[in-house]
Amino acid sequence: MTTLAEELNPVSPEKLVVDAVSKTFRARRSAVPALDNVSLTVQEGEFVCLVGPSGCGKSTLLNIIAGLEKPDSGQVLADGKAVTNPGRERMMMFQESALFPWLDVINNVMFGLKLKPNLNHQERREVAEYYLHLVGLDKFLEANVHELSGGMKQRVALARALAPNPRVLLMDEPFAALDALTREQLYSDIQRIWQERRKTIIFVTHNVREAACLGDRVVVFSPHPGRIREQFSIPLPRPRDINSVEVAQYSGEIVKALKQYLPATPETVTANS
Amino acid sequence: MKRRLIAALFFLMLLGIWELLCRAKIWSPVMMPEPLAVGEYLWESLRDGTLGQATLVTLRRLLIGYLAGVAIGLPLGLLTARFKTVEDTLGVIALGLQTLPSVCWVPLALLWFGQTEMAMLFVVVMGSVWSVVIATDNGVRTVPPIYARAARTMGSRGLHTWLKVILPAALPFIVSGMKQGWAFAWRSLMAAEIFVTILTGFGLGHLLHYGRELHAMDQIIGIMLVIIAIGLLADKILFSPWEKYLHRRWGTD
Repeated sequence: MTTLAEELNPVSPEKLVVDAVSKTFRARRSAVPALDNVSLTVQEGEFVCLVGPSGCGKSTLLNIIAGLEKPDSGQVLADGKAVTNPGRERMMMFQESALFPWLDVINNVMFGLKLKPNLNHQERREVAEYYLHLVGLDKFLEANVHELSGGMKQRVALARALAPNPRVLLMDEPFAALDALTREQLYSDIQRIWQERRKTIIFVTHNVREAACLGDRVVVFSPHPGRIREQFSIPLPRPRDINSVEVAQYSGEIVKALKQYLPATPETVTANS
Repeated sequence: MKRRLIAALFFLMLLGIWELLCRAKIWSPVMMPEPLAVGEYLWESLRDGTLGQATLVTLRRLLIGYLAGVAIGLPLGLLTARFKTVEDTLGVIALGLQTLPSVCWVPLALLWFGQTEMAMLFVVVMGSVWSVVIATDNGVRTVPPIYARAARTMGSRGLHTWLKVILPAALPFIVSGMKQGWAFAWRSLMAAEIFVTILTGFGLGHLLHYGRELHAMDQIIGIMLVIIAIGLLADKILFSPWEKYLHRRWGTD
């Protein structure tokens, strides 16, 4: 259903609008409220980080934006159109790379491209090679997934998400399972790629320092049920270094804000993990 | 090279022990022929074409029955994994019939189809199809849901997801199920050939059966060796390359 207003104004300046979304997970005997009346607007080209402890519904919100889950009430608008299904214009990256072990690296990246019409095999291959070059894996086109390190897997997953040229990139704790050094390398990579390719990124993490380093804006969630509590804008110049004093200052402020919403379980949030 | 040498020595040693035991005359030569007598039988039956003909007849039955079993079992396994209703009905039947030793199908097949090729095929299909169903079902269920989710975000839907994501993700399970199905098909065909005498073709099982009737021990042992050799070869030719490929791709060595 499109309203008259949407028809008259097809190009909305807001890339994504989350409008009063609520979601409750129901098991046989219990109901866990995951999101309670959450609204959020993301501008074209913005890098937004969602932070909060586990159980605050940030991943659920990301899944709803992706179209993988449906909200109980409220809706998500992408470019003014209601999201009902997953779509190539919103690609998702998961904590586990979710690469397909039966395909080699380049065919993993080409998976989404093969579903895109109007491209021949040669063009698809070139696009895949371009993105694998962008993430620094030109030498591993024919490698098997199990031969890659955790960081390399996430780079391939990033290339796979970028390849169909989505406008929006949804990232669900993509670096959480990596070691600190690999993560730092990926922080600078993702900033470089974001600037080069002008994507809109929504990045979910429980690592506040990471959020302060990457985001134009950091949105703070509190759990049970998931609600947006505060938003911080981070006007630091890029590229940012996660170890810089400025990032640390912002991260300190955000942690302070977060802590007042969780008196009982302060250990669930880390400023620097 | 060294491993092969040791293996060759081991089998030569087995032959030697066999020969020695025969020479020691512990058993009557009617009950335990010498290796040479068995070799002679195999050579003779190879020369007059009996062995080649019987092997061909048996392999043809096996291949047709097995392929039919896989062609039926694979889609059924996908269905039981996909639909709860099919799981509760057909899945239960598959589980039950898989525990039924395939030789138990022989009397039924004989009465239904008479002494025909159809009876043979029926027994082979019944012997192999259920393990293929169960392995496919199992394989599909163990596919991590994140693969399908990732595929959906890339625009994959319905049949495409099944063919390009679920099926290849379940392939290691499916291949081991097909291998098990092959073993069951082989066993059930031998049982059928030993019990069912038909005129359209003498298989290896028939040669074994007549070996008993004629009390030709050299024939019985010779044919048993041929049956073992075919089983080994099938494993090496049909399944080994697949398994090696999958191990390399998935890194599951």
